[in-house]
Amino acid sequence: MPTFNLKVNNEKHTVEADADTPLLWVLRDKINLVGTKFGCGIGQCGACTVHVDGNATRSCLLKISQAEGANITTIEGLSEYGDHPVQQAWKEVDVPQCGYCQAGQIMTASAFLKTNPSPSQTEIRDAMHGNICRCAAYNSIEEAVKVASEKLS
Amino acid sequence: MAPSKKMTFSRRSFLKSSALASGGMIIGFNLFNACKPEAKLPVDLSALNYNDFNAFIKISEEGKVTIFSPNPEIGQGVKTSMPMIIAEELDVLWEDVYVVQAPLDTKNYTRQVAGGSQSIRFGWEPLRQTGATAKQMLVNAAAARWGVDASECSAKNGVITNAKGDKLGYGDVVLEAAGLEVPEDVTLKDPKDFTIIGQGKGNVDIDKIITGKPLYGLDYKEEGMLYATVLRPPAFGQILESFDDSEARALPGVVDVITIGEKVRAYNDSGKNSWTMPMSGTDKVVVIGKTTWDAMKGKKAIKAVWKTETALESSEIHDKVLLDLLEGNKFNTRRQDGNVKQAFANADKVLERVYESPFLPHNCMEPMNFFANVSPEKVRLVGPVQTPEAAAQVVADLLERDLEDVSIDMTRMGGGFGRRLYGDFVYEAAEISNAIQKPIKLVSSREDDMTMGVYRPSSKYKISASIKSGKITGYHLKEASINGNMYGLIPNFFPAGAIENYQVDTANYKSNITTGAWRAPYTNFLASAEQSFFDELAEELGVDRVQMHMDLLDNVKNNPDANIEYSPERLQGVLQLAIEKSNWGKTEVGVFQGLSVYYCHNTHVAEVADITMEDGVPSVKRVTCAVDCGIVVNPFGAMNQIKGGVLDGIGHAMYADFGFVDGVPKSNNFDSYQMIRMGQTPQVDVHFIESDIDPTGLGEPTLPPIGAAVANAIYAATGNRINKQPLINNLEPKEKVLG
Ligand code: FES
Ligand code: FES
Repeated sequence: MPTFNLKVNNEKHTVEADADTPLLWVLRDKINLVGTKFGCGIGQCGACTVHVDGNATRSCLLKISQAEGANITTIEGLSEYGDHPVQQAWKEVDVPQCGYCQAGQIMTASAFLKTNPSPSQTEIRDAMHGNICRCAAYNSIEEAVKVASEKLS
Repeated sequence: MAPSKKMTFSRRSFLKSSALASGGMIIGFNLFNACKPEAKLPVDLSALNYNDFNAFIKISEEGKVTIFSPNPEIGQGVKTSMPMIIAEELDVLWEDVYVVQAPLDTKNYTRQVAGGSQSIRFGWEPLRQTGATAKQMLVNAAAARWGVDASECSAKNGVITNAKGDKLGYGDVVLEAAGLEVPEDVTLKDPKDFTIIGQGKGNVDIDKIITGKPLYGLDYKEEGMLYATVLRPPAFGQILESFDDSEARALPGVVDVITIGEKVRAYNDSGKNSWTMPMSGTDKVVVIGKTTWDAMKGKKAIKAVWKTETALESSEIHDKVLLDLLEGNKFNTRRQDGNVKQAFANADKVLERVYESPFLPHNCMEPMNFFANVSPEKVRLVGPVQTPEAAAQVVADLLERDLEDVSIDMTRMGGGFGRRLYGDFVYEAAEISNAIQKPIKLVSSREDDMTMGVYRPSSKYKISASIKSGKITGYHLKEASINGNMYGLIPNFFPAGAIENYQVDTANYKSNITTGAWRAPYTNFLASAEQSFFDELAEELGVDRVQMHMDLLDNVKNNPDANIEYSPERLQGVLQLAIEKSNWGKTEVGVFQGLSVYYCHNTHVAEVADITMEDGVPSVKRVTCAVDCGIVVNPFGAMNQIKGGVLDGIGHAMYADFGFVDGVPKSNNFDSYQMIRMGQTPQVDVHFIESDIDPTGLGEPTLPPIGAAVANAIYAATGNRINKQPLINNLEPKEKVLG
């Protein structure tokens, strides 16, 4: 089996895996970072969203061979003390229901707010449209993105 | 001081306290014994065993309080709200309370099940009793130390004060308190004095959720654990004939390939059964891999040959069969008041409509999974299941082990919606680990999850009403569904009692497709059907739909009926509140409203949907939701549940299209099955009826009515009645039939 060098949350990892292994499963099963969630495996739900060089990326679709050399950030590495403005907003609004989708929602929102720190409501709704929340906590997610944007601007 | 409630409970069987070796005291109590005897459960829980205790409170010598929350957390917030109730009566600062999920312990817990929105309803009184009893014991201990009468002491925020103003913390007296007799009656707070209940308290797991800490079943790991994927027949009605695993075995990450099914067959053949066991025990191929991906890849490499054993059913056939059933005479009568037949014979007019709904998968965000480690010594199970007690019993029977050998630890669940009431994935995991005697985690892909369902059954309703001299004289509801749907007490929901001649009949078609409870079982589509019908009925009568409901509910008030489940006053209350808050009838140009009012799961709800039409497609802009759930324990959690229920209801009523072609599910992932997304969601405005009545659940009751509110709004906008879900697929006009 080939080996790959990954940089995740500013730490280097050498991982042995098939070249076609999605980054999602490398993170979860090999590097023990289980905050990134599996929801669909086909890029439809956003539960597996991580940042690859700062861009929100579906880790279920990214093969490990494509992830070498990139700066990967997962929910565990978004902030040192869990106090990224988006995380704070999520806590203030008490967003989660079952909570399973929320890591993906937070990663999508944080990458989005970096490019657009004071978005309109429509822009928020468009940006978050790719992330499914089965519990339908959408009103709270929308509000929390707004709250986070106020913290950032 | 406000008047308080004095309660006497048979405490001997219900509460027990003792000192802890590690310091501090522990109080255990029995939830189920303390539950009201007339309590009705929405699912058959008779298979479950109830033993001694339920929840525990631990108070340390430092005064810190740990509450072991007994009920599985599926996102409905009980891990926060149940401890809030205890903390309220115990009178401690919420900040000093630490909540942990208790493991399954059939000796120490009861009704450890999440389902039917019942956790809070059943827990309310006993949780308060427990907190109040603990507080009284601490006060008694302090009074004894001071040599004063307990009635001269009071406690607040974890501190006991006597008449002289001396103070002792709870932690200072726990050791003495633990040795005291459990008081027979205690005083409960007046709801006006609540300081924790009614205050929004955030999710107790919030920090772990937002930082991605392991919490869910899929996150659970143990040293040496392998991953198992299961290849099941692609179609309902098919079984395994043969398979070739040579390619799979050649993969470096594949450890083993086995088959399972034998244990379940033996279990079924032995005459044992559990409602949590939906499967028949057909052979399945299991691939064991070193990682999830290895196991998933291995499964794809299996070449299996399937053969047809029973009918391969299609939704098209189901549609026909159910419509035939509605026209036939194979009904069970569930309730009969007066004489519907005669009312219809004497009517000036009869309105008759058919309403249709598809099967639905649950699609929990976290796909089904479970950890099992079966060894000669014990059977360890860890994961997300809504019915851990039943699951432990079935696994013991399945593997022919003593129940004492079986332990289940519960993880947080990435959604339940009824799917995790069934333990099929637990039983598969146990059988796999038993076969290889190694720790494994059963994992499902989304495709597995959507196609191994225990689906909401497809149902159709035919509703007829007779009109005589401008009055509704008769109401006849007929249900035809796959494998049966309607539950015993539902015929007593509104409009039972409001119409003199009233009848509910059900018929079903036995299918090999597994069906079961889905969020708000039985009513999730019934409410849409009935409340769409009433909208049309009001129009037919030429009366205002709000007034029609008020009048029908007045009928019930004037002729009380002991056999109804709802309160006409409370239903009128939510209706009026929703009308007021939604600006009913006073919308801007281009905005259309629909109303729906419904009672289910012990909670009364009225909803108004505001929609606009964009290029002929309805878009829900706002929902006003009025709720009477008694006392609101945790407004944060309540809001989440209510809004989630409404949006989930809109999503499924509008978009959810599921069914079968020759036994094969039509969709298997989110590319072919539409889930509601943010861009399709309205703002939900929630309004509570202020109440000091005991609380009822919120996980389900706001979902059923919304389908009708949206359909009625679409009618207001387009003049088209859509009686078939998903609404979006059926936007074309329907012919009006009036008999
Ligand atoms: S798991 Fe990657 S998008 Fe759903
Ligand atoms: S909170 Fe449950 S899926 Fe989003």
